[in-house]
Amino acid sequence: MMQDFILQAGDLDLLVQAIRKEGFQVMGPVLRDKAITYDTVASAADLPQGWTDRQEKGCYRLERRDDDAYFGYAVGPHSWKKFLQLPRRQVWKARKDTNDIQVTEITEEPPRMAFLGVRSCELHAIAIQDRVFVDDQHSNENYAQRRSNLFIVAVNCTSAAATCFCTSMNAGPKVTLATDLAMTEVIDGDEHYFLIGSDSYRGSQVLRQLPVTPSGKRHEEAAARGVQNAVRQMEEGPRRFDSSDLKELLYRNYESASWDQVAERCLSCANCTMACPTCFCSTVEDTTDLSGDHAERWERWDSCFTADFSYVTGGPVRADTRSRYRQWMTHKLATWHDQFGSSGCVGCGRCITWCPVGIDLTEEVRNIRELEKPGPEQ
Amino acid sequence: MIPQMYRIEHRQEEYPGTFTLHLSPEQDDSDAFRPGQFNMLYAFGAGEVPISMSGPESRDGSLVHTIRTQGQVTAALERLRRGDQVGVRGPFGNGWPLEIAAGSDLVIIAGGLGLAPLRPVIYSVLRSGIQTSRVRLFYGARRPAERLFQSELERWMQALELVQSVDHAVDEWQGHIGVITDPLQAAEFDAARTVAFVCGPEIMMRFCIRTLRQAGVPESAIFLSMERNMKCATGHCGHCQWGPNFVCKDGPVFCYGDIRQWFNIRAL
Repeated sequence: MMQDFILQAGDLDLLVQAIRKEGFQVMGPVLRDKAITYDTVASAADLPQGWTDRQEKGCYRLERRDDDAYFGYAVGPHSWKKFLQLPRRQVWKARKDTNDIQVTEITEEPPRMAFLGVRSCELHAIAIQDRVFVDDQHSNENYAQRRSNLFIVAVNCTSAAATCFCTSMNAGPKVTLATDLAMTEVIDGDEHYFLIGSDSYRGSQVLRQLPVTPSGKRHEEAAARGVQNAVRQMEEGPRRFDSSDLKELLYRNYESASWDQVAERCLSCANCTMACPTCFCSTVEDTTDLSGDHAERWERWDSCFTADFSYVTGGPVRADTRSRYRQWMTHKLATWHDQFGSSGCVGCGRCITWCPVGIDLTEEVRNIRELEKPGPEQ
Repeated sequence: MIPQMYRIEHRQEEYPGTFTLHLSPEQDDSDAFRPGQFNMLYAFGAGEVPISMSGPESRDGSLVHTIRTQGQVTAALERLRRGDQVGVRGPFGNGWPLEIAAGSDLVIIAGGLGLAPLRPVIYSVLRSGIQTSRVRLFYGARRPAERLFQSELERWMQALELVQSVDHAVDEWQGHIGVITDPLQAAEFDAARTVAFVCGPEIMMRFCIRTLRQAGVPESAIFLSMERNMKCATGHCGHCQWGPNFVCKDGPVFCYGDIRQWFNIRAL
């Protein structure tokens, strides 16, 4: 059972430094290009203190908060997957001599990384990618190595963006999956502190280096109120929906008219798949240098929204946007259950915010449901 | 996962644009494969393509692959000659359920290049690797000259019932003319004993399955091999998804009874 302590907000940098001292490269939220993205964090001063994000369909704006919260935002365009499944990496190099080809695997010493500020939905997303890359029939060694040393500091959400729907996907906002440290930021009058607890031996080793004090009922109630605030925002918002029958709903509706309707707006741009914290598809690029004697293979993120993605002799299997959007959404919400035993969606809302034409997955689910009329052919 | 190098021992032109490579491993630890499985073949600098094994199961790790030139990688493979090297990752996929074919009336239906992944099954039958009560091979191709393994087809006629059909015949052609479903439709089936292995273009498989079903062959006795884009062959790249299935690790051979609902959705 996790015992909670109080870390004063002014001491947050001690946490960052304690983790760094354990030999981890700390990754966390930073302000970049008018968004809160994830990058290397050298000190608490790098964190987006006092900033929040306002999100809607196809809209993301940074705004000043009226307090000094460090984690007073929801999620940005990046997800942690970029550190675990690299957007682009060299897989092998090959060299051709007169009579022989030598292929050499590109290996790297995986960095010891700590993720600071992981949301509950993102913990679920990492767990989902673990099931794809580590727990499946074949293991992705590069991912597995990067993942195995990971130190996670999770932060409970105390407010939700308008695009958030983790409660509908049973993925938050309260952190329930295993972490090293979990904390809740509380700003209560003049007080600004973190309720923090360790969930692993490594976490407790870091925690004991910090000037923490035991928490009281008052602190725990304030933290719980914050999480409850995020729950209430989502439960009262327009994006709440019942996800319990999504697989059956989508399996029944491969020929729904809603796919034609969404295809009229969807640009097949692949933004949703890049922003999604669970989308895992990749492709490879094979090249040679001008001499023709040196070849390389690179792996990079790919998207089911491209024509190349499903190309077989004769043309792409999914030649139109209708079939590509259907593949993406049905995979995320339905076939994923049969493949990996859970939904592929954690309700983070990134696909809604970063869609340039404002397509909203929760609206599309509702549309499919509304258009479903059990006909005589069923 | 990096490719292991193999050397081309023998290269056979089947007909223009289609060729068979006989490969021997440059190292000793190559894995045995099952008929119906595939390898990722790497042509230096050009890339990888998934290609089924078309040769017999071997103890010395040698491999046979029959390839049709369609894109950049297969074109690079076509340019290779005896003594050249090919990279191999594999074997991948599940293979044909030979144990289910044992004791059955086995019906092998191949369209065009689809005979390649079925040839190891035929070898297995001919060498009594599996005992069947009856074996028939229905083979459809565009033209008589565009049939794979032509000298072997002659020999197989002695050991199994071979029915051939081509879209465009020449004067000396003795077989059927038209789609392979015509002779299939005319054939008699002991529906309860029949097990069918089907590989070819999806449209051809669709009509063959319909014919088999009309003859009373149960869905659970029909097996087909699917083709989809593949990059990794290990279930990670996502390209070969077909409904809830990954063709690379759940297939490429599927029991029709298990995938009927997906087989009939267009652009899935």
